[in-house]
Amino acid sequence: MLMRRLLLGIFFMGVFCSAYPGYAEVTGSLDLINRAKEHDGKLVTCQGEVIGDIMPRADHVWLHVNDGYIAVSVWAEKELVQEIKYSGDYRATGDTVEVSGIFHRSCLEHGGDLDIHAQRIILLRSGVVLKNPLTSKKAQIGLLATSAVALFYLLKMFLQSRPHLKPPG
Amino acid sequence: MILRPQMGEIKIIGYYLGRIALGIGLVMFLPFVAGLALFREINPAFDFLISANIAVFAGLALSWLCKTDKDLHPGPAMVVIAISWLAAMVLAAIPLLLSGHYRSFLDACFETMSGFTTTGLTLVQDLDHLSRTHNLWRHLGPFIGGQGIAIVAISFLVGGASGSFNLYVGEARDEKLVPNVMHTARFIWVISIVYLVLGTIVLGVVGLFIGLKPGSAFFHAVCIFMAGFDTAGFAPQSLNILYYHSWVFEIVTIFFMVVGSFNFNLHYQVWTGNGKEIGKNIETRTLLLVVMLVSLIILAGLKHVGAYGPGMIMFRKGFYQLISAQTTTGYMTIYAQQFIREWGDVALFGIIMAMALGGCACSTAGGIKMLRVGIIAKALKQDMKLIMFSGNAIVVQKFHHLKTMFLEDRQVRAALIVTIGYVFIYGFGALVGVVLGYPILESFFESVSAAGNVGLSCGITDVAMPAILKITYIVEMWAGRLEVMSVCALIGFFVALVKGK
Repeated sequence: MLMRRLLLGIFFMGVFCSAYPGYAEVTGSLDLINRAKEHDGKLVTCQGEVIGDIMPRADHVWLHVNDGYIAVSVWAEKELVQEIKYSGDYRATGDTVEVSGIFHRSCLEHGGDLDIHAQRIILLRSGVVLKNPLTSKKAQIGLLATSAVALFYLLKMFLQSRPHLKPPG
Repeated sequence: MILRPQMGEIKIIGYYLGRIALGIGLVMFLPFVAGLALFREINPAFDFLISANIAVFAGLALSWLCKTDKDLHPGPAMVVIAISWLAAMVLAAIPLLLSGHYRSFLDACFETMSGFTTTGLTLVQDLDHLSRTHNLWRHLGPFIGGQGIAIVAISFLVGGASGSFNLYVGEARDEKLVPNVMHTARFIWVISIVYLVLGTIVLGVVGLFIGLKPGSAFFHAVCIFMAGFDTAGFAPQSLNILYYHSWVFEIVTIFFMVVGSFNFNLHYQVWTGNGKEIGKNIETRTLLLVVMLVSLIILAGLKHVGAYGPGMIMFRKGFYQLISAQTTTGYMTIYAQQFIREWGDVALFGIIMAMALGGCACSTAGGIKMLRVGIIAKALKQDMKLIMFSGNAIVVQKFHHLKTMFLEDRQVRAALIVTIGYVFIYGFGALVGVVLGYPILESFFESVSAAGNVGLSCGITDVAMPAILKITYIVEMWAGRLEVMSVCALIGFFVALVKGK
């Protein structure tokens, strides 16, 4: 009985492994670009932060994923990006995602652009809104500098109105 | 005997330098206001408040301490211009350094020199998270530098003083559009601002159609226009023009790159109803011929290595990069690494050639310039005719640039001197790159891109590159923008200061 369960377990694990299309191995963006010819037309997986605008085009979108080195363009169906809430810019750290899809060194569908046509996008970590508050030190320096320049300008005007106090010219 | 400059001359230089520093400071209030009112980015806005005050203080102090009524002669004017560009670089770098997106002050200076000279090489880190306020400043740099820092000063702070024309000439512009130099400066601003409004609307609408949100679309539009029309090549996102994935966007940017690379005099002719000048002018004819020739080289090179599949894709990628190189803009729809890894030597040679030759004179473009290329080609044609005909023959060569002129030796001499200057700078930068261990082709590519104020990169320009190479590229961008002569005047000034009697 135990032997049969064990064999069944091994069988299903085998089925699962063979059906799994090998998404797990993550390729870095620099590697994708530097060895683009080798990766061309193959299934790749990359991870990174979603940055910039998510641009809808009919039933697809363009998004950009940056792994800390360089951003890569991803062409995906709209339903694949529904979970993405944050896109990275000055005000936010974007969601971290794992994208798996077919890599194109020079995509025929998109005018020769280097891109990935996504088959699966997994949200790994949600992004956060960044507050970027004004530090009190910076505010003080800014106001102090403005006051100093205004004072200097008034002093200059005052001295210019009294010819004997003007610098030699 | 070399004469040491008198205190009076130094004071004139200080006075005009002060006015230009004041101008830079006042312009910095623009991102400050935009940061507070438009983008609501208070922290970055304060970076500009601090920096603007530093620049205004320096400007007020210098122009007060060195106040003089004496005329600015051509020699000191060139020195003023050469130093002004360095001073502007340092002052404009302060807010960028405060952003925290630059590894060092040298990197921030590299960025501002690249912006002012309309080059477009960048050392910013994590551009995709840079505030809009700082990004606006990055793009305002080319808009100011493209028209000319002296143009800003002449238009608003120096006025029609007698030294204005010398300042104007010192900035590598020797053609006035109208007799009065102040009116010329203001007309250049009128052209630029009209195009800015049109360009922002067109690119903004295209941005909306390709899926950008309204705020983003028009922010990108204004940035892309300023860096495109002023042939700088900066973009608000790290992927540059590749970010947009749109052939319409590419066509619109090609139009503005080409228009931006035209001589301001040509714009004036068209604006005043003389549209035929475009077809007759030696610069536009040479530009067309060079673009056709280099297109063939690049497309043959790309075809040879099989970089792109179908012809249309090859043309789209090849032609965009070519126009970007020829107009010395530096916008890219490919990754920098792809130039070296996929384009092959022949296509790269074509791009280097386009970058080296550049756009039109008296425009925002860099490089040797089409007017000089045309004049040298005409002189070559004249000499060949002389060889072919008998010794007693007199061969007259004409060319059309605003009016039809006979080719004279002094014009050929002037064109050749500047061309030799450029070739020397291209070679110097490449040599430094090779000495530092970079391959020769990449070194040459990047050096020509810096000195020709282009901004295309094959990957050398990076925060990790040696400081000596960053300084070399800064000097190349500066000397390239001022077409060598002002830099030579500055060197001469310092030699006279040290060795003069």
